[in-house]
Amino acid sequence: MATTMITTLDRSSRAAARGLSDISIRNLFIIPTILFLIVFNIFPLIYSLGYSFTDFRASTNAPANFVGLQNYRDLLNDPYVWSNFAITAKYVIISVAGQLFVGFGVAMLLNRDIPLKGFITTLLLLPMMLSMAVVGLFWKLLYDPSWGVINYALGLGNFEWLADPRMALYAVALTDIWMWSPFVMLLSLAGLSAVPKHLYEAAAIDRAGPFYTFFRITLPLVAPILMIAVIFRTMEAFKTFDLAYILTSQPTAELISIRLYKMAFQEWQTGRSCAMAYIVLIMVLAITNIYVKYLNKVKER
Amino acid sequence: MAAVRTSSEVTFNRIAIVVVLLVTIIFLAPIYWIASTAFKPRNLATTIPPTVVFQPEISPFVKLFTKRSQMRNPPTPEEYAAAPWWERVVFDGGEKIVRDGKGEVQWSGYPSRFMNSLIVAITSTVLAVGMGTFTAYGFSRFRVKGEADLLFFILSTRMLPPVVVAIPMFLMYRAVGLNDSHLGLIILYTAFNLSFSVWLMKGFIDEIPKEYEEAALVDGYTRMEAFFKIVLPEAATGIAATAVFCFITAWNEYAFALIMTNRRAQTAPPFIPSQVGSGLPDWTVIAAGTFLFLLPVAIFTFLLRNHLLRGMSFGAIRK
Repeated sequence: MATTMITTLDRSSRAAARGLSDISIRNLFIIPTILFLIVFNIFPLIYSLGYSFTDFRASTNAPANFVGLQNYRDLLNDPYVWSNFAITAKYVIISVAGQLFVGFGVAMLLNRDIPLKGFITTLLLLPMMLSMAVVGLFWKLLYDPSWGVINYALGLGNFEWLADPRMALYAVALTDIWMWSPFVMLLSLAGLSAVPKHLYEAAAIDRAGPFYTFFRITLPLVAPILMIAVIFRTMEAFKTFDLAYILTSQPTAELISIRLYKMAFQEWQTGRSCAMAYIVLIMVLAITNIYVKYLNKVKER
Repeated sequence: MAAVRTSSEVTFNRIAIVVVLLVTIIFLAPIYWIASTAFKPRNLATTIPPTVVFQPEISPFVKLFTKRSQMRNPPTPEEYAAAPWWERVVFDGGEKIVRDGKGEVQWSGYPSRFMNSLIVAITSTVLAVGMGTFTAYGFSRFRVKGEADLLFFILSTRMLPPVVVAIPMFLMYRAVGLNDSHLGLIILYTAFNLSFSVWLMKGFIDEIPKEYEEAALVDGYTRMEAFFKIVLPEAATGIAATAVFCFITAWNEYAFALIMTNRRAQTAPPFIPSQVGSGLPDWTVIAAGTFLFLLPVAIFTFLLRNHLLRGMSFGAIRK
């Protein structure tokens, strides 16, 4: 064994001598990607960090004045911005909870011998693959108070979904639940199918009831993968822009991304929007950090 | 006792199957509604009760691709006879297709937006998967200092909200004239997909036994030859799956396209909603545009079905 190892290394180094060394290949393969990401992802962020300390407006030619931390101070003291955060938090909770409930529920039902199971699963996964903006647009027709299919199917008459300030956020969340429950379902199915069958057999021998089996066997074993789904969806829901922007312009459904978009590209408060972007950025990085730590933990198991 | 339990289990199984079927129908209903509206005559698109059974028409697609104008009078029999079949379907709605002085049909904005979507999505996919495969191999096979930190850095660039990145990119693109250009969008989508592609490809390459290349190295291959002749063919399925994921992401992307493009390089996702202006939109045309736009993704989803889990979890969960 040891001798073959040595000859392998020896011969491969001889072959390598003809071509590039392993280290230069490694650098050649990795460095361009890192550079590309630095130039097109990190450099812009440094650029906008600079602007976040100014009163720059991209719509005028007026030079940017340094204002220090003024933008950050104003934003953190602005009750409207706080209400945007509150709306976003509410949206994240409703939509992730809904997805967890529907997705895990359907996965529990699907986790048995069902004819055409693979085909049904693929069909159920279709919504999450489609474009949020384009499909979201069509939900406008489905939600329409006078000829929408939803009101007709549920017998709700002329119920206002998107035009009612109290309903708009729930309507957006409902569409999001439709789109992304399949994601939770997919992950849950993977988790459920990994639960060893002998545990259920043992529980059956002990005459454990269905509730006991669920809470003592199924749930603890599926929990880590559910957690991945929850963190991932939380992060995505926090960033939601397309769906809410397309579906409604109600101030009660103005998520943080939409506020940011309006501030930057409609009100042209470029400097202030850069500061706002940084506040959002720090929050997202915090969630990402938790996510990656958790991923690595699950991978090790 | 045992028999009772079995029979109750059978009943429960049946109930579960019925519920699953119901849920599937509810989940597919919006997609079915898009597809069916795309083939409806305009007056049946918004009816109460909703129209389910109807004679399918091709006119929404003709309207989608052409510019039309209202006609004062219905066409004369000669005009009707002279018109090609696809123009006749528009006559029923009291419209005619706009032609220029030479009699050339005037196209709507849709075909060029669809082409833009294809150009941007395909080019950025090739770039992201190409670079991503090399980088993934580097991380998979060689010792890299601070590997975990670098991989986290790569992933975090993907996690940023699009609007956050779009503000400085918009200013920079404006300064160098990349606004509303294919190249500008391609760069953005490549950067966006590159991190995903590295993570997913690393998982696929990790699964290829190192011994394959080592055997090739022993046979006198250089590392490069071993990569191209041994690793790449082995990773073909993974590369294909990654490419389809990158394509779908770029194809569906909305926020960057909305901010960075307005005419020349505009892709379909910001264009399709912009058709819903003031007044009563023609939902059959919007449905036709949506239908064509969703079709490639629906096909890809079926091709990709065995890799969906892996892709959606950034390669964290393998199956």
